[in-house]
Amino acid sequence: MTETLEYSPYPPIDPINFDLIIVGTGLSESIISAAASAVGKTILHLDPNPFYGSHFASLSFEDLISHLNSPPKYITATATATTDNSDYTTVNLIQQTIFSDAEFNSCNSIEESQFLRENSRKFNLDLAGPRALFSADKTIDLLLKSGAAQYLEFKGIDASLVYNTNEGLVNVPDSRGAIFRDKNLSLKEKNQLMKFFKLVQQHLGGNEDEKISEEDMESSFVSYLEKLGLPSKIKAILLYAIAMVDFDQENGGVCKDLLKTKDGIDRLAQYSSSVGRYPNAPGALLYPIYGEGELPQAFCRRAAVKGCIYVLRMPVISLLIDKVTGSYKGVRLSSGQDLYSHELILDPSFTIPSTPSLSPKDFSLQMLSHVDIKGMVARGICITRSSIKPDVSNCSVVYPPRSLYPDQVTSVRALQIGIESCC
Amino acid sequence: MHGRPRKPLKEEDESVLSAKAEKLHSLQSQFLANHQNRIYTKEALDLSAKLLEINPECYTAWNYRKLAVQHNLSESNSDSDASLFDQELKVVENALKKNFKSYGAWHHRKWVLSKGHSSIDNELRLLNDFQKADARNFHAWNYRRFVTALMKISDEDELKYTEKVIGVNFSNYSAWHNRSVLLSTLFKRKAEGFSHKEKVLQEEYKYVHSAIFTDSDDQSGWFYHLWLIDQTVKNDAPLLVSSWPSHGANITLNGNNSLHGSGLSLLNSTLSDTKTLPVILCFNQAVEGVNSSTVVVKSELLKEDLVWKPLSTNNSSTAQVWVVYLNMGNMKLQLSKTYSIEINIGHSMGILSSNGYHYGAPSQITFEVCVQTAYTEPVDGQRGKLTSWKDNDFRKIDHFEESNPAVSADHHIPTTSNWCMEAIDEEITNFQDLSDCKIRKLTLARLLIALDLLSPQHDKRKNHTEEVLKLYTELMKLDPTHSLYYKDEHSLLLLQQITSSRESLIPYCHYYKDASETNTSYVCLRLQNLSLSRMGSFENLLWVQMLDLSHNELRSIEAVTIAFKKLEKGLTVNFLTGLEAMQLLSCLNLSHNKFGSFTALGPLRLLKSLKVLNISCNELGSHSIDTRRYLCSSPLAHSEVFAWDRFEILCGSYSATKFWEAFLIFESLNLTDLNIAGNAVADENFASFIVKVLPTLKLLNDEEL
Repeated sequence: MTETLEYSPYPPIDPINFDLIIVGTGLSESIISAAASAVGKTILHLDPNPFYGSHFASLSFEDLISHLNSPPKYITATATATTDNSDYTTVNLIQQTIFSDAEFNSCNSIEESQFLRENSRKFNLDLAGPRALFSADKTIDLLLKSGAAQYLEFKGIDASLVYNTNEGLVNVPDSRGAIFRDKNLSLKEKNQLMKFFKLVQQHLGGNEDEKISEEDMESSFVSYLEKLGLPSKIKAILLYAIAMVDFDQENGGVCKDLLKTKDGIDRLAQYSSSVGRYPNAPGALLYPIYGEGELPQAFCRRAAVKGCIYVLRMPVISLLIDKVTGSYKGVRLSSGQDLYSHELILDPSFTIPSTPSLSPKDFSLQMLSHVDIKGMVARGICITRSSIKPDVSNCSVVYPPRSLYPDQVTSVRALQIGIESCC
Repeated sequence: MHGRPRKPLKEEDESVLSAKAEKLHSLQSQFLANHQNRIYTKEALDLSAKLLEINPECYTAWNYRKLAVQHNLSESNSDSDASLFDQELKVVENALKKNFKSYGAWHHRKWVLSKGHSSIDNELRLLNDFQKADARNFHAWNYRRFVTALMKISDEDELKYTEKVIGVNFSNYSAWHNRSVLLSTLFKRKAEGFSHKEKVLQEEYKYVHSAIFTDSDDQSGWFYHLWLIDQTVKNDAPLLVSSWPSHGANITLNGNNSLHGSGLSLLNSTLSDTKTLPVILCFNQAVEGVNSSTVVVKSELLKEDLVWKPLSTNNSSTAQVWVVYLNMGNMKLQLSKTYSIEINIGHSMGILSSNGYHYGAPSQITFEVCVQTAYTEPVDGQRGKLTSWKDNDFRKIDHFEESNPAVSADHHIPTTSNWCMEAIDEEITNFQDLSDCKIRKLTLARLLIALDLLSPQHDKRKNHTEEVLKLYTELMKLDPTHSLYYKDEHSLLLLQQITSSRESLIPYCHYYKDASETNTSYVCLRLQNLSLSRMGSFENLLWVQMLDLSHNELRSIEAVTIAFKKLEKGLTVNFLTGLEAMQLLSCLNLSHNKFGSFTALGPLRLLKSLKVLNISCNELGSHSIDTRRYLCSSPLAHSEVFAWDRFEILCGSYSATKFWEAFLIFESLNLTDLNIAGNAVADENFASFIVKVLPTLKLLNDEEL
């Protein structure tokens, strides 16, 4: 709480009228800001934090710890509708942290923590990442199209590993060459896997009589794979390491999210068109060289070039609501200044308390006050001294459901990023 | 680089192209003027460089530059030598950028580097660039072998390199091929880690399985697999496969010195005329160095050293079949006395395979010759008499006498280690559960043949011939583009089956009932109506004197051509010889086949005993060019001995130059009976020509002359 007060006061923002005010510099907000500024809207882009990216940010080790330890307590005062200006009602915003709990395990020895402190400036950690992108992901196309790509550098995730109980971590046989090189698949399995890839290729090839039947496309992917007689090892590779399915597909009762064949094929297609899209990235995945936080920043830079105004360390405390119509008019900053816009975008950490002063017809505002938590994700960051697999510094790892312990209902995915290019 | 469709030219391109052609033309004429006047100035050189950058295929320009370098070297001091050569390397590099498949450019680069004035460190980098552009570019791979030899990069390192390239994309026939080349040399010099061929091959099988099983439609791995089968089955060392007379045979000569095998008479009158007895040795591969010191013939009959002759249609000093004629006329033979002849092969070094391997196991053949005053057939009686090939002139044979030396099917099967059989067995099991495709069928066929080849004769294992024949029949239907190839394989295998033992031969052997027959009759091997497209198994047919191959689909009686050998490697070891191996052959029926040119009948030239030849109803003269052949022989080819003088005299007034092919075949033969009717070529001109070429001829097209 004190931190917010430490910020040196800004001069008042001028102008005070905008087409759009955006609060939070997460990836979605940044993309909107870049897109809106590209079509000539006047935009004010605010963020309460001293860094770009909201919960997409990449922070240094120390910053991350302090951020997680003392999340800035924004204004949580009850909604007292003050009426210093006779035209508007103000509604105070509530902001929540994006995580429910954070826990730290410090190093075992003094030498280690000493070593970590000395090197802590050499890498960044993703606040809520990491997010690697498929080379053929639409986001990559967007980066190229918007021009944001010019502010970014990527590195390839060289290896994709998958865990199985018998062999431990093995490379994902995700291409013709990888299947050929694979040491753990039997000849029959190699044949089956490659045949399946060819089947998918033919399906995507567009020749009508080579397409997978409509009935199969609508059935679940796992039952389709079973129908083809693929062994469980191949199924696990296809489902969890290539199609990247979250939940155990082979246990109907537990599975909340059964993948259909058509979606499975789409994911396979994205994976395979990712492999080798860029000659210097042999794997399927790409990762921004200085961390996930680069992505929203690149879009913000793009927006700034087009005239968007950026103000960091600037919390928004309340909304200004027209007394007569009950519709949105503007925001009040923590500095006390009132700003006006036609539209407002808030990042998902904000909620608007339902107040009687809001007219029920203002549906859009009502929506925001409703918090829907679909699920929680456990994230962990490990700083290791050596690679999980020798010779590979950047790799993704998948532990399919039930591979670690019998009750494991979801895949566990990890991304290892080597220190040589900091992250 | 591969599989890109050619786009049709647009109209506007045409004008661009013609402008380009004009420019090229003027460059070329300027360059040729320089070349003629031996101008090697800097300007002239730049001009040729410019020309080569546009058209790297201009061989003359490459030669010109070589001459220029030599000229300028002699004039300059040694300091600038290196820069002179560096200049050449630059020109080559630019030319290769235009067309990296230019033979002339790569050759020029080799020439420059072999002069030893330039650094070779740059070459691997250049190669990497070219191999990145097209990993399968065999020019680059060729050059790589040259450079690595120059840089003394070890074969082991290069082997690792092929692994790297194959790992990136295993559809790389060039890389697999280089691997086979490297392994061959490593095996040959028994390099460390490569002395146990079995172990290395086992690993290689595993390696190539990955490729085959990952994508069984990709053929590059299968080709490497074929090489591995070959390495497993092949005996590097040459061995004797069969001989005539065979080991333990009794040859009975009649009183007038004509030849009779016991129970079987020889109708071969040439042999009795010249009083010679041929001895034929058939090896498992082409060898050189068969002479009186490597093959020692011991007999009280012999007074002089024997001269062994290679039976080769192209005058090569290597051949699979070697022959010597024992001159019985010079020997004073006593009646009813048995003379023993002993032949020792390979007891002293000298018989070498084309790969430089020495003769494997020294072997010995003994046979006996005796002379009897038996019934003597009037030799003349046979001459001038029509040889009929009609069915009712033949009589079936029920069985051969045990002692019959004529029909021999003795195999000198080399002993093979158990490992080879196990390896082949394992391969068969592996491919049994692979999904079906044509190349799997073909490989399976080859594996089964290899297994049968390795199985010891006494082993009562199931013979797979029927199964393989069925596979080839299926392949003919499945892959019509290559059906001729499968048909050839089918034919060869069928012949092998027929000739493999006495029992299997009997149904095809008939007595020929001569019109003047008394108590002697001749055995004829009748292989008609078998849909044969190719003839083989000659090593089992050395004894045959009368052969009927009519009503088949034969196109050639030659040895398997080079192109075939390459495709097949190893598994054709049995078929390297052509019909020339059958030195006793006297009557041959090739009517109703598909012979398209006289060249396809080439082996006939070496059949000195041939008297009766029927080549009626073929396609001789129907095709102006023999499209089956890569190299057409011509009177100018150095490989043929062509009697120009005689040819010109015979051609005489009328233009018969188109008959030179026929002349080449018939010129050295002594035929008495020739039937050539039913061929496009056989007109009156040809008939009168052939009568002149063959003065011995008594019957032409069933008509007495």
